[in-house]
This record gives sequence, C-alpha cells and structure tokens, in this order.
Amino acid sequence: MSTLDDKINEINRLAIQITKDNDDDRLMNLSIGPQHPGSGHFRIVIKVDGDYIVYADPDIGYVHRGEEKMSEHRNFIQNIPHLERPVIHDSTNIIYSYSLAIEELIGINPPRRGQFVRAIAAELDRLVYTTYWLAIYGIFLGHSTMFMWPTGDRELIIDLLERMTGHRVTHAFSVPGGVRNDIPYNFKEKCLTQINYFEKRLKEYEDIFYNNPLLRQRTEGVGIMNKEDAIKLGVTGSVLRASGVPYDIRKVEPYDVYDEIDFKVQYMKSCDTFARAYVPYLDMKESCHIIRQLLDKMPDEGSVREKIVGNVKAQPGETYRRVESGRGALGYYIISDGSTKPYRLKISTGSFRNILALPFLLVGSKLGDMPAIYWALNYWPIEADR
Amino acid sequence: MENKDNSFGQLIDTSKDLDNKITSNIIKSAIQNFNQKIQLVYEKPNRSKIFVNNESLVEVALFLRNTYGLDHVESMSGTDFPAENEIEINYHLGSYINQDLHPYILNLATRVDRENAKSNSLINIFPSVEYFERETYEMLGVYFVGHPRNEPFLLPEDWADLPPLRKDFKLKGR
Repeated sequence: MSTLDDKINEINRLAIQITKDNDDDRLMNLSIGPQHPGSGHFRIVIKVDGDYIVYADPDIGYVHRGEEKMSEHRNFIQNIPHLERPVIHDSTNIIYSYSLAIEELIGINPPRRGQFVRAIAAELDRLVYTTYWLAIYGIFLGHSTMFMWPTGDRELIIDLLERMTGHRVTHAFSVPGGVRNDIPYNFKEKCLTQINYFEKRLKEYEDIFYNNPLLRQRTEGVGIMNKEDAIKLGVTGSVLRASGVPYDIRKVEPYDVYDEIDFKVQYMKSCDTFARAYVPYLDMKESCHIIRQLLDKMPDEGSVREKIVGNVKAQPGETYRRVESGRGALGYYIISDGSTKPYRLKISTGSFRNILALPFLLVGSKLGDMPAIYWALNYWPIEADR
Repeated sequence: MENKDNSFGQLIDTSKDLDNKITSNIIKSAIQNFNQKIQLVYEKPNRSKIFVNNESLVEVALFLRNTYGLDHVESMSGTDFPAENEIEINYHLGSYINQDLHPYILNLATRVDRENAKSNSLINIFPSVEYFERETYEMLGVYFVGHPRNEPFLLPEDWADLPPLRKDFKLKGR
C-alpha cells in the first residue's frame, strides 16, 4: 500500500533523477591557445561553470627548444646568442646573470666602466620589454591607444640600444667580462634627451590608461593574491611586489654597480590585478631615474671589457647568480667540470615561477576577467618554455 | 658513511665580503639537529650547499622552512652524473619572510640512483616546487613520490625517447 507521501517521494526521486545536474555535463571545457592572438605561445585548459572558472591548467611548452641541453654542447661565448632568444626584448637582462655566473666561474672582474654600460643597457632593455608588455596589456583590454603609444615610444629606446649595440633586439651585448663594445660618441646627451621625453610620456600613460575608469573597473579587486599566498607560491618580480613584498634583487643582492645607485623598491599593498599592472609602470619610472644616475656616475675613460679567449676553461665548481629582469628574478645555476663548456646549465626564469599563480588566480573568477589576470602576471611564454 | 661531495670540488670566492653570521648559524644548527644526515659541501658569501640523504630530505626541508623561514624555491634542477650512476637534485631555497636572508640562497642537494630514480617530493613543504618537479621528472626521469602529477609538461605529447637532460641523450651533429 502506498500512501500519498510515498507517491510524492517517488515522484521527487524520479524528478531529481531526470533533472539531476551532472557536474561533467554542466561544466564546459575551453582550450585557449596556443595560437590564440592573446595568449602568446601558450595554452590553458579551463573549465567554466556558467561564467565562473572552476578549473584551470596551464599547458606550457609549445615553444620549448631545449636551451639547457643546447648549452651543454657550446662553449661559454657561443652560448650567448641562443640563450638570449627566450626574451628577445629583454635580452641584456637574460644574459646579464649568465655573464655574472661565468665571470665567477672563470674568475674575472669586468672593468668599472663596463659595469656601468652593462647596467645602462639592462635598464634600457627593461624599458623596452615593459613598454611592449604594456602595449599588449592595452590591446588585451580593448584600449587600442595604449597599444599605439608604448609601441611608438619603444622605438626611441630601441634607437638608443641600436646606437649602443648595433642591434634593435637580441643585442648579445653583455658578455662575460663586461660588454661587447663601448658606447658611441655623444650617447650620453642623446640618452638623456630620450629619457626625459619618455618620462613625460609616462605621465600621459597614467592619465589615459591607469586612471581610466574602465581599466580600474576591470582590474581593481580582481584576482586577489594576498601576501601569504604570494610567498607560498614563490612568485617573483612585479607579481610579488604587487602583493606587498618589497623584494627586488637589485636592492637585496646588488650586483655590479647597483649598490651605488639610489632607488626605491616599488611595491603596492592592494594585491589585486591593478597592482600587478601598475607595479611595472612604477618600475619604468624608477628605471629612468636609475639610468640618469648611471649616466652621471659612469667614468668617462677606461675599457669596457676584460677579454677572454673563446674557448676559455672555467674552474670546476658551481654557481648560482641572479638578476632582476623585467619579469622578476632570473637565475642561472651553472655546474662546471673544468672544461670549456658548462656541464649543466639551469635557467630559473620569472615567467616559469609566476605561471604557477595563474590557476590559483583564475579559479573562482569570471571568464571575462581572464585576459586581465593573465597578462598582468607579466608572463612571457617563450621564457617559461626555454 | 660514504662521501658524496660535489665531485668537482670547491669554487674560488670572488664575491664581495658580506656578513656570514646568520647563514653559518643555519648550517651549524642544521648539522647539529641532523648530525649524520647532513654534509656541508661549501659555504660562500650568500650561498651555501648542503648534501642530504634522500630519506631525510623532507624532514630537513621542513626544519629549514619552519626554523629559518626559507619559504620558497628559487630554482630546482637535476643533474645527471653517469660516471657515478647517480642523479643529483638541487633545491635552491630562498626566503621572503626573513629579511636577513633576502640575499641568501641555500642549495639543498640530494642524490638518487640513476637506474631507479625516485625521490621524495617537497610539494607539501614548498608549493612553489610544483612545476619545477614536473620539469625534472620529464627532463631527467626522476619520479617524485607524493607529487600529484608526474606527467609530461614541456616536451611534445608524443615524446618517446630518453629524458633529454640525461647525458646519454645525444644531440644530432654534436
């Protein structure tokens, strides 16, 4: 005998079965990249529940070229051109820490003027990289003026670097023992003019982009990563500094002449996407300040390079040296067995470390926030893949 | 106990003189706490390297994190030593919390057998090691016990060759 209650229960049970939500059916899988115009050479697999991301898995490696293996088969000088390929816009910085490591292994010290020239090139490259990054960030958020302006102003800095090194990008300028060549005649004045102009433009960037209510709405309070999480995830560079940790290798472990330069570590405490987008901008301002001091303090005379022969032998041993690149700490761990080639070379890049934060930030946020969160991580896919 | 020092010996010191007090305290107390299990390989300004047996890797890492605030991994890599039939795994630990240790990096090294390469994962102690360990699994064929994803990462999906950073993987034409 079935009572009314039993019948109702039976109907409910069936109804639930028919309309029961299966998680796998409700979630939609999306694969973004690696040929998506916004993603760069990088694919991310995400699952969305309606508008919200519930799962994210970065699938990196689309442009993996085995830089570390290649390095084991070339001598210390031959390694320079291919090791700067991962970040062609910031090529001085990626070779900077390599040069420092090899200098330590060989046991040479670059001349003082060489150290200054190298630091100037590194700071100019930081500007080139960050303006490029900013241009892409602008177009990501549909702000095409912000794509045009930094792309145009970047040319000025590239012109400076071209005068200095002979190449627009991939300069192969920093070498173990200093820099490849001296700066050209009249470079100081030209550089100051360009930097002064660029600083004025930076002010305009802030007005048109960072104070734009649309940008603020899309980034403020989005993708929060508090200090504890940032430390746990081991992120670096602007991502770390946007979470309130004032950590900059140029300050905490000064290399070459950075201990003579007076500058502030730029950081913010708001921990959101806006902070991560704004800290690189503050870094650019600080870079202009640093370049001016470097030009001022640079000795007028002297050599810029302590020459080493191509097949120089390193002392057996190992070293870990790092610099602050445009994307955070960039370290080389090099083991030498006393031959002319590295026995093992490991590049630890900021991009590879920062991408770990992407699933953490994306899960729980809206799909529409993904571009803003992703590119604010200051991620360079090729550098992560190596 | 057999000596598993870095076979390439010691490095000359070209860096600037810095106060080494805290860093040598770390080494001292670590060696005191785990007397037989830790060996000091070298100590330089801002850099030192200790060698740990693979069995005690996790407890030493936990001790270093909790006592000194070495809270993240700057870099992690593996190196193949076919002559000794071993693979060395290096964790470069740094600190964000402890301001005195900002410039300091501790190289925590351990070695595993080359044929049956298996090591304990440090993912529960340093979440920042996740992708580094995945990369090491793929590039050197070291299986990390406790890591949720020992699976391909950077290499092509159809990779069916030796792990490329092993020394017996030869490059064509070189």
